[in-house]
Amino acid sequence: MFPDSKIPEGPLAEKWDKHKFNVKLVNPANKRKYDIIVVGTGLAGASAAASLAELGYNVKAFTYHDSPRRAHSIAAQGGINAAKNYQNDGDSVYRLFYDTIKGGDYRAREANVYRLAQVSVNIIDQCVAQGVPFAREYGGLLANRSFGGAQVSRTFYARGQTGQQLLLGAYSALSRQVAYGKVKLYTRTEMLDVVIVDGQARGIITRNLITGEIEQHAAHAVVLATGGYGNVFYLSTNAKYSNATAAWRAHKKGAYFANPCFTQIHPTCIPVSGDYQSKLTLMSESLRNDGRVWVPASKETAERLRKGEIRVSDIREEDRDYFLERKYPAFGNLVPRDVASRNAKMMCDEGRGVGSSGLAVFLDFADTIKRNGADWVSQKYGNLFDMYAKITGENPYEQPMRIYPAVHYTMGGLWVDYNLQTTVPGLYATGECNFSDHGANRLGASALMQGLADGYFVIPYTIGDYLAQTPPKPVTTEHPAFKQAEAEVRARVQQLMSINGTRTPDDFHKALGHIMWEYCGMARTAEGLQHAKAEIQKLRREFWSDLKLAGTEAEMNQALEKAGRVADFLELGELMVDDAYNRNESCGGHFREEYQTPEGEALRDDENFTYVAAWEYTGDNRASVLHKEDLHFENVKLTQRSYK
Amino acid sequence: MSWITKTFSSSIGRKIIMAVTGLFLCSFLVVHLVGNLQLFKADNGVAFNAYSEFMGHNPLIRTLEIVLVLGFGFHIYEGLALAAKNRAARGNQGYVVDHIEQNSSWHSRSMALLGSIVLFFLIVHLYNFFGSLRFTDVPRDANGNEDAYALVLAAFKNPFYVVLYVIGQVALLYHLLHGFSSAFQTLGLTHRKYTPAIKFIGYGFSIIVCAAFAAMPIYFFFFK
Amino acid sequence: MAGSNPNAKPMNLTLKVWRQKNRNAQGSIVDYQVKDISPDMSFLEMLDVLNEDLLRQGEEPVAFDHDCREGICGSCNLFINGRAHGPEPGTTTCQLHMRKFNDGDTITIEPWRANAFPVNKDLSVDRSAFDRIIQAGGYISVNTGGTPDANEIPIPKEIADRAFEAATCIACGACVASCKNASAMLFVSAKVSQLALLPQGHVERKSRVENMVAQMDKEGFGACTNIGSCAAECPVGISLENIAILNREFLAAKATSNNLA
Repeated sequence: MFPDSKIPEGPLAEKWDKHKFNVKLVNPANKRKYDIIVVGTGLAGASAAASLAELGYNVKAFTYHDSPRRAHSIAAQGGINAAKNYQNDGDSVYRLFYDTIKGGDYRAREANVYRLAQVSVNIIDQCVAQGVPFAREYGGLLANRSFGGAQVSRTFYARGQTGQQLLLGAYSALSRQVAYGKVKLYTRTEMLDVVIVDGQARGIITRNLITGEIEQHAAHAVVLATGGYGNVFYLSTNAKYSNATAAWRAHKKGAYFANPCFTQIHPTCIPVSGDYQSKLTLMSESLRNDGRVWVPASKETAERLRKGEIRVSDIREEDRDYFLERKYPAFGNLVPRDVASRNAKMMCDEGRGVGSSGLAVFLDFADTIKRNGADWVSQKYGNLFDMYAKITGENPYEQPMRIYPAVHYTMGGLWVDYNLQTTVPGLYATGECNFSDHGANRLGASALMQGLADGYFVIPYTIGDYLAQTPPKPVTTEHPAFKQAEAEVRARVQQLMSINGTRTPDDFHKALGHIMWEYCGMARTAEGLQHAKAEIQKLRREFWSDLKLAGTEAEMNQALEKAGRVADFLELGELMVDDAYNRNESCGGHFREEYQTPEGEALRDDENFTYVAAWEYTGDNRASVLHKEDLHFENVKLTQRSYK
Repeated sequence: MSWITKTFSSSIGRKIIMAVTGLFLCSFLVVHLVGNLQLFKADNGVAFNAYSEFMGHNPLIRTLEIVLVLGFGFHIYEGLALAAKNRAARGNQGYVVDHIEQNSSWHSRSMALLGSIVLFFLIVHLYNFFGSLRFTDVPRDANGNEDAYALVLAAFKNPFYVVLYVIGQVALLYHLLHGFSSAFQTLGLTHRKYTPAIKFIGYGFSIIVCAAFAAMPIYFFFFK
Repeated sequence: MAGSNPNAKPMNLTLKVWRQKNRNAQGSIVDYQVKDISPDMSFLEMLDVLNEDLLRQGEEPVAFDHDCREGICGSCNLFINGRAHGPEPGTTTCQLHMRKFNDGDTITIEPWRANAFPVNKDLSVDRSAFDRIIQAGGYISVNTGGTPDANEIPIPKEIADRAFEAATCIACGACVASCKNASAMLFVSAKVSQLALLPQGHVERKSRVENMVAQMDKEGFGACTNIGSCAAECPVGISLENIAILNREFLAAKATSNNLA
């Protein structure tokens, strides 16, 4: 039987308020008797740890970074949505809710998304009170911009560094609680397993990344805020350390994993320049407001360009194909991320890609520069142009940028109920590491909103409901489950160290990335996915027999850290493939070539797939079991997205 | 520790002492220079000796002298203490390759060295003039004033002293080129409108004062 | 491959890398050769190549900190050829590209050097002192919830922009590493002036600067002598003006606060 998603009864707009009233409260004097572990210190983790500590709980916060402030939330550029309607342009909580549900291609829970839209307004108030320097108008009030094709201006921003400023706000709140002694901070400490005592999450096992020590930590509840798993693809816009280990360990201990195949591919990234490439760099999609996307109209021209026989400037206007403007006259270059990405891939597949690899399309500002001048462009996009120049060595004012889609965000994640609790009692998941709010596709500027909503305004209420039903007795690491979990972690680390083969962790990671990108990337087929599954299984066997490491486990050993993460990616990758194979429809970021409209657009199958696919782990090398949580749409009508 | 000692033993507090005493010493340089300009008056030292006599015996000046000594004392002590603290903060293991010259000027990094040269100069300078005037019997001129002018003349005919004094002024010049505007920065007296002016005045001040002081031994050595 | 200069030839380089087993061990410079380095590689990708080679040969890879590789997380921190983050101004190590070097070059790579930043291993240092300084007061004491509407306090755009500029500090530590006094004043001043500029920060203005400076001293950083190396090497362009603001805030707080301790 599928676990209860605990969505409150009643009208959509009243659900959250009612629920807040119905959840049990922990007596203020008892709060200090509860310990909570928060893993991850990005937006979702830092905000949760700080808010819980403010309430009086004892919090232990863990990060594998040297400081909480390095979490990858820091790299988010564009902004954060909130239904403030400061611009008087018709925005409302309902509209933000509606846009998010539609943008997610009707694969998210109405109740969760509505709550997200409701608390979005509080987030902005909170951040401003913390001293987050959002952009302002000359009158001193907050500025907004329209983002990701939204019809209203609801995005708050701090130049191109919104994620940084929001994270530093949450980090400052966290730091304050560390100073008060309410949060104990563990830096350079990686969670390697969750400990389940009598069916409830009661602690974690960690490895100190400097000394290699394996340690046990007990608490009344565990919150995972460990981010997404985009690095399964090896190349992504995620940070190098971003990984799925915490979520995957939780999954193996009983937490269902939902919609793993829902990954977002961002259209405006700097293309791969060689095999050595270690990560991809995103450039804000705001560039598509003024840049025009094109490729040469013919394969021959593209080929001559790639070989360097002609230059871009030699290609006449009529020999250029502004394919987004051609195919989607209404939205043009501003079509949603998934559509823009898929079309770029189609052009390259047709042999019309540019750059020496042929895996890029142009993003051209020549018209805008002609119209408004280079200064205007520099004012608006200066930092992005500089970044592009730094990385590619090319001057984007003089020649068009080359862009290509890259993995950016994972909508899937640990299944959680309305309280953000996973299928393991006492184990919660917040931010990108849960699956909850974005459906099959996330809208721009919504990731920051969700991370902070979960951490500041949802988990502080919902975790109390669980703790109020847990006796306020101290929890310790005495229980044999801790010893056993630690022994398993040690055994696994030692196993990795003792393989003594010939291939490095990065080598396996790259191989996995190639499989995932080729068969489970922007376009998927049943045949390709089956092939990928076999390939991943083969690669996994090779990994466990041919991995090469050096040094010891009792010291700082970055290759060992990497190996553990790659081992988990090798399992998660297979589940993603299973999920993509199971979902016989196209929706949002999941595009199955078999399921498309005659015009090549994603074709949903609402009759059979209006559900959350939640996978249960059943053991090593055994098929995961699929559980379906049916999605009910009582407030919005399911329609085919159209951007023509 | 009281809040006062705590304030002035903090890193910024020490810097504030350096800045305040430094600017005070700059004001002393002005007074000293204005008085000494009388050396250039073609009266064989009459005016200079009168000025010197006044400075040596006026009770107000003698009181200010104590303040001056304290100013020097704090500036030197804090300077050396800061230099030691800062060296310790760097640690024992330095960089194998360090191209700090690519991101900062030599004189800004060499304030302790330059200050030490100035200090050495100062000791010699005090021995030459202040010591003789204060602690020995110096012959008097026609007006009954101690003949300080004769001391100057004697000293600056000695090439060793001339070279030393010029070196002292060059060191002072570089010390002031950084120190003057740096003091304003330390006291937080910056503003996008006025800081450029402070920097300009600082450069002008340093060059004019040091050039004028350096001109004295040179003038006496070659032209007297 | 697809970079700016398809004719740029791969480079062979000699690397002189600081190797140190752990915090207490003696370290030394070790020479390595890397071959076929593409000019389009980032500096860290070049180190990845070295590390893959080392690991295949069964040697321990060089430990170094890095994460986002797009210049914002502040993790990467290498002292390259005598300069914090290398020769390119306004650039973090991860955004430095090999096209800035030439075939046959010798490149010396060292960790940040400061007493307050002990070496963990090889090129990785412990910068937790920065966290402790922020914990001493680098925040506005507001709990979650109950905050006024975001537009309640208008803030002049110019002030908001200046606060933002200060707030862009990535805490990489290049300021400390390049300062001959190992002073952390630029880092501390960026946070102090961000919060001193904003009206929200005024409530705790005095205690904040007093506590943060006290913690900075306790960590063993040196004192600022206004040399300017920090701002010259800062990858995000934090200005020296912030240090003046810090000094001003400190002086005003000490002179007028009710804190007698």
